[in-house]
Amino acid sequence: MALNVGIDVGSTTVKVVVLDGEELLFTHYERHMSQVRTKALEILNSAKDVLSGHELRVSISGSAGMGLADSAGVSFVQEVFATEKAVHKFLGDVDIVVELGGEDAKILFLTGGVEERMNGTCAGGTGSFIDQMAVLLNLSVDDMDAEGMKAERIYPIASRCGVFAKTDIQPLLNQNAKKSDIAASIFRAVAEQTITGLARGRKLEGKIAFLGGPLHFFNCLKKQFIEALNLSEENAIFPEGDLFFVAAGAAMFADTNGTQTDFDELIEKIESAAATKEENTYLKPLFESSDEYQEFCDRHKKAAVEFSDIEAYTGDAYLGIDCGSTTIKLVLIDENKRILYSYYNSNKGNPLEAVRKSLLEIYKLCAGRIKIRASAATGYGESLMVNAFGVDFGLVETMAHFTATSYFQPEVDFIIDIGGQDIKCFKIKNGAVDSIMLNEACSSGCGSFIETFAKSMGHSAEEFARLGVMAAHPVDLGSRCTVFMNSSVKQAQKDGAGVDDISAGLSVSVVKNALYKVIRAKDADDLGENIVVQGGTFYNDAVLRAFEREIGKTVTRPTVSGLMGAFGAALYAKEESKETSTLIGAEDLESFKNEIKEINCGGCTNKCRLQVNTFSNGRKFISGNRCETPLKAGDAKDLPNAYAYKRERFDASRNEVNAPRGNVGMPYALNVIEMYPFWKAFFAELGINVIFSENSTRKIYEKGRDTIPSDTICYPAKLVHGAIADLIDKGVDKIFYPCMTYNFDEGKGDNHYNCPVVAYYPEVIAANMSSVLDIDFMYPFIGVDRPKDFEKKIYKYLKSYYPDLKRGEVKLATAEAYKAYEEYRQDIRRSGEKALAYAREENLPVIVLCGRPYHIDAEINHGIDKLITSLGAVVLSDDCVSDLADAGKVDVLNQWTYHARLYSAAKFCAENKCANLVQLVSFGCGIDAVTTDEVRSILEKNDKLYTQIKIDEINNSGAVKIRIRSLMCAVEQKEKGGIC
Amino acid sequence: MEEKFPIFTEEMKKTHTILVPNMLPVHFSLIGSIMEQEGYKVHILDNEGPEIVDAGLKYVHNDMCYPAIIVIGQMIAALNSGKFDVDKTALLISQTGGGCRASNYLHLLRKALVKAGYPQVPVISINVSNLSPQPGFKLTPSLVFKAMTAVIVGDFIMMIKNQCEPYEKNSGDTQKVVDKWHDFFLKRWEKTGVTPFGKLKKYFRQMLCDFAEIPMDRSPRPRVGIVGEIFVKYAPVGNNHLEEFLVSEGAEVVVPGLLDFCLYCVYNSIVDHKLYGGSAVKTTGVKLVYRYLINMQNKMYAIVKDHGVFRAPLGFDDKKDLTEKYIGQGVKMGEGWLLTSEMAELIKEGVTNIVCTQPFGCLPNHIVAKGMENKIKAIHPEANIVAVDYDPGASKVNQQNRIKLMLANAKTPESKHEEVKPNIYTGKNINM
Repeated sequence: MALNVGIDVGSTTVKVVVLDGEELLFTHYERHMSQVRTKALEILNSAKDVLSGHELRVSISGSAGMGLADSAGVSFVQEVFATEKAVHKFLGDVDIVVELGGEDAKILFLTGGVEERMNGTCAGGTGSFIDQMAVLLNLSVDDMDAEGMKAERIYPIASRCGVFAKTDIQPLLNQNAKKSDIAASIFRAVAEQTITGLARGRKLEGKIAFLGGPLHFFNCLKKQFIEALNLSEENAIFPEGDLFFVAAGAAMFADTNGTQTDFDELIEKIESAAATKEENTYLKPLFESSDEYQEFCDRHKKAAVEFSDIEAYTGDAYLGIDCGSTTIKLVLIDENKRILYSYYNSNKGNPLEAVRKSLLEIYKLCAGRIKIRASAATGYGESLMVNAFGVDFGLVETMAHFTATSYFQPEVDFIIDIGGQDIKCFKIKNGAVDSIMLNEACSSGCGSFIETFAKSMGHSAEEFARLGVMAAHPVDLGSRCTVFMNSSVKQAQKDGAGVDDISAGLSVSVVKNALYKVIRAKDADDLGENIVVQGGTFYNDAVLRAFEREIGKTVTRPTVSGLMGAFGAALYAKEESKETSTLIGAEDLESFKNEIKEINCGGCTNKCRLQVNTFSNGRKFISGNRCETPLKAGDAKDLPNAYAYKRERFDASRNEVNAPRGNVGMPYALNVIEMYPFWKAFFAELGINVIFSENSTRKIYEKGRDTIPSDTICYPAKLVHGAIADLIDKGVDKIFYPCMTYNFDEGKGDNHYNCPVVAYYPEVIAANMSSVLDIDFMYPFIGVDRPKDFEKKIYKYLKSYYPDLKRGEVKLATAEAYKAYEEYRQDIRRSGEKALAYAREENLPVIVLCGRPYHIDAEINHGIDKLITSLGAVVLSDDCVSDLADAGKVDVLNQWTYHARLYSAAKFCAENKCANLVQLVSFGCGIDAVTTDEVRSILEKNDKLYTQIKIDEINNSGAVKIRIRSLMCAVEQKEKGGIC
Repeated sequence: MEEKFPIFTEEMKKTHTILVPNMLPVHFSLIGSIMEQEGYKVHILDNEGPEIVDAGLKYVHNDMCYPAIIVIGQMIAALNSGKFDVDKTALLISQTGGGCRASNYLHLLRKALVKAGYPQVPVISINVSNLSPQPGFKLTPSLVFKAMTAVIVGDFIMMIKNQCEPYEKNSGDTQKVVDKWHDFFLKRWEKTGVTPFGKLKKYFRQMLCDFAEIPMDRSPRPRVGIVGEIFVKYAPVGNNHLEEFLVSEGAEVVVPGLLDFCLYCVYNSIVDHKLYGGSAVKTTGVKLVYRYLINMQNKMYAIVKDHGVFRAPLGFDDKKDLTEKYIGQGVKMGEGWLLTSEMAELIKEGVTNIVCTQPFGCLPNHIVAKGMENKIKAIHPEANIVAVDYDPGASKVNQQNRIKLMLANAKTPESKHEEVKPNIYTGKNINM
């Protein structure tokens, strides 16, 4: 009797099923720790009793199974296909299957048009993502699951990609949000990622079966899926044997298409698979010999700091605290800047407790002999520290690092810091920070990424690094975000790379990421002569070596490279020290308590959900805020803000006009946000009232979310779906949303295009939102660059909807439209001039916040404009000043109307001392890959700083604040001509 | 400020070798030979390997589209290789000049050259809008005409080759015929100049006979169409040798020709005039070119039809009409409506399995590919489309796994091959 064997090799586990006809003879599930072949052999051997002596028909399936099947010469079946087979057999009338694996997410629609969807290259892993998040929370995955079940609220966490989610979670941890709530929010994010990323416009309805490891093990994930999809009990199916559907499907497939063999031959086939082809691209080993490594170690030992014995010292001391995203660092220095005490550890998801313990230890060691004269805090948790422990000073982390580095290496001209979550680089010119580069959310996760990877392969970070140093064949893993690296690692493992080779390969990738994605360095000379590297990640010798190798230079790594922020803060505290410090005393520390209360802010329409931490000293710390309003409670003066002005002006245009011809809806989205005066006036003249959709909010976004076909498109485009859905809800029977290849010609560039997304998004709406079928959705191709042609074409088009329309009316309306638009533009320019004059008079810094017109939308910019005014600067928009300077001929093809304004605005900032530029870039905006480099180069040619802020669905005001503060501090320094 | 960059002068025509990145093997070597006839020294770049992506990532903004990274990386890697005298080398890049960011390739290449230490290397831009001065290189009507002939010959060979290779009994037979004719045209054009279209027809017929003589096993195979962003659709270096992979998995690939893209570019200026107005005089000339090319394409397909063994796709004129159900023809950035229309055409012809190749983050593809997928599936539930992202970091395993899923669902045209219907031509312009 022939047996059917299905082997499912996933990204993290191997599953084997043996079927005798319908009867299940054997099942096994195990993690393979990247030892794919060995583990498969082990499992098969354990089934020897079942298998030997029988004729076998074997098929392999699974994402990591392809290579094994190939080299072993065993039939392969694609896993989704296998799942479908098994589901049909075992579950019968299921409409949809949701399957999560270690790194894959799949949805199978079985009824109403069979369709299978797998996550794209960007959507990231799910099981591995949960693993990574658990490490971040310092919980085992099972504990995280248990915690999640106790949750009281769900925080919005970016659901697109693991790295983004991490950036969302970190501030929550730092703000002391409850672990149970975060855990549940993580599971919710996974559920939503699957829903939005894969459903892409198809509704998840009917009977849904859930399969795969994560959905088997995590009750909280099940719960979140049921809630997110609003499923009734009978429609949510969590079948028995859910782990084995793919393997069972493969076994069923084997019945007709499997490789015929017997037990011994099968074992032989799989064993022989090892020696075959190696497809990886390999890099040179990091060190050729152990001597070379020794020489390297000796060289780096030299950059040491002096320590002083805290037990022996008597006198004044200064404390620095660096409350980073994943770690806590404390440094205590003496009068001679020698280190008395240092602490470096993970914040274990509870920074307050970690610091409290460390402080208590310091007080014990000081034993009355040592007096802490001053203290300073820096890092993500800076204000938390200041408020909770009465730390004297807070300083932005970029400055802390620079202060520390200049102590070691006064000649320093380049600092690169790779921490757990972020990469920071500063160029130093003439003793001042000249430019700051922080990683955008998409390439972050560097240090902690290595750490989680090490753990997932069963090694400590130190061991992992040591293995990498001696690796003979480092694997080339590419240099993209972590999610991509996960896939590359998977491939490398498939091809037989060892842990050591992967460790070395990861180190090289991290370095390349930093160099080419963050710094955008072209070669070593670009970085400068005296380079200092720091941050916890550089403790890893493999990373350090890869870095030196990549830039072809030796660099300085202070032995305290992980403590630099705290050391800098301590130096700063010493510099600024007062008579007495406000730092919390030992007794108060013992009884230190913290209570968390949640309230809704009423400061503005954002209605942020705030967390109020009340500490035992009576001080409060508010977090969850997007701007400084709730912190300052009204005493801040409203500074001129062009973004706010534009929003107000838009709101004023929501008035109703006399409309004998009825209403027409237009979305508050993309180019409409700037063109509204044009359309409003045009239609008003024709007796048509324009109804705009409501200002964007998360809620409105969610209204249209399930119709978004591309999950990697920019957020402003995604919001169009919500805006249209909102209009339909309002009951409009006509929507006007034209396709516009061309924009107005402002004469600034070689052409006047819109970007492809702005130009043609109405087509996507028409093709993906079935709700527009029930109304008149008008989306003609219209040009506005030639008024005469506009009049002709729009008349012809509208005539079919308004048969009584007269050519003469349209002529008048056209004139009104152009007039209104011109007035609008002039008004914005005038408001800019007024704000500039105000800033000059009051001697205030000016930030020209550049982007697209639709970046004024508070849901898109997450309140960044207000954040800037709250930090004391006047905010202008690019179009306020783009007519005040001429960028001339730029080095790129200058062919988009909106983008041409950026170059002019950059030129304006280059020419005006008080003005500095901050560019908002929406994630996924391909065109800004062209503009950002050019804007930067215009500024840098004129010795100005360039700051770029990437924005997306998520709101990471903490990181934004650091950038803006760093910018302002660097500008100030530059003026002073020296270090703070 | 133009003088910031070296200009390709008339003297350089004699001294400099022009490096041309290879997008389509047959087409581009023919185009190369035509350029040599016109007195240029040409080298078609075929270099591959990790150093290309490395160079690309190093000198091009990493968020830039993948084709830019590959093409520029390939050129810089070639300059780095030491095989070329960098003081006597020029680069050639095409520039469509539309609203897609791809029109910026020229500028990005120049920036990259400066960064990489080759500021002296001039770049020739192939564009119709005369975007930058290059006295040594003239896109003369005769050169354009000849290049179009090469495109047609290339399309023809590619089209028939794809219908033979998966079925050949002796591996390599098809390639031999391809090489034979490829060499034939190279030699012939070297001697007597580019064959006029009238004479080309004779060769086309001979070619068809040659291909038809290859011993083949015609058991049905799933047919898989490839559409997408032009570079990753065609260039093996851009799509990890997608065609090879599909054939090795037992599929027959169907790749729309390059002439369609040329026609699409020409046709767009006619549409532009229709939608937005402007000078009518300009469009008259464009319309002439358009009719001329359409005519050539129709004749080429008619020859295939008359011969009766192989299939020819729909002519451009009919193909463009398929678009209307899905998307406006005003969508003209990148591959624009053509991409949607190619999918529609493939499905109409029974090629329901489609790989849609897209560089990660390609803007027009959000609209014309991913954006239209739901609508295509609504109208054609039988469509089996897989979108594959190409990117320096994307792993081949992931891409192949997704393609395998599509293949697992691929329906083999069971009986269709027996009743091979070469008579699918429905164009209006038949005039043989």
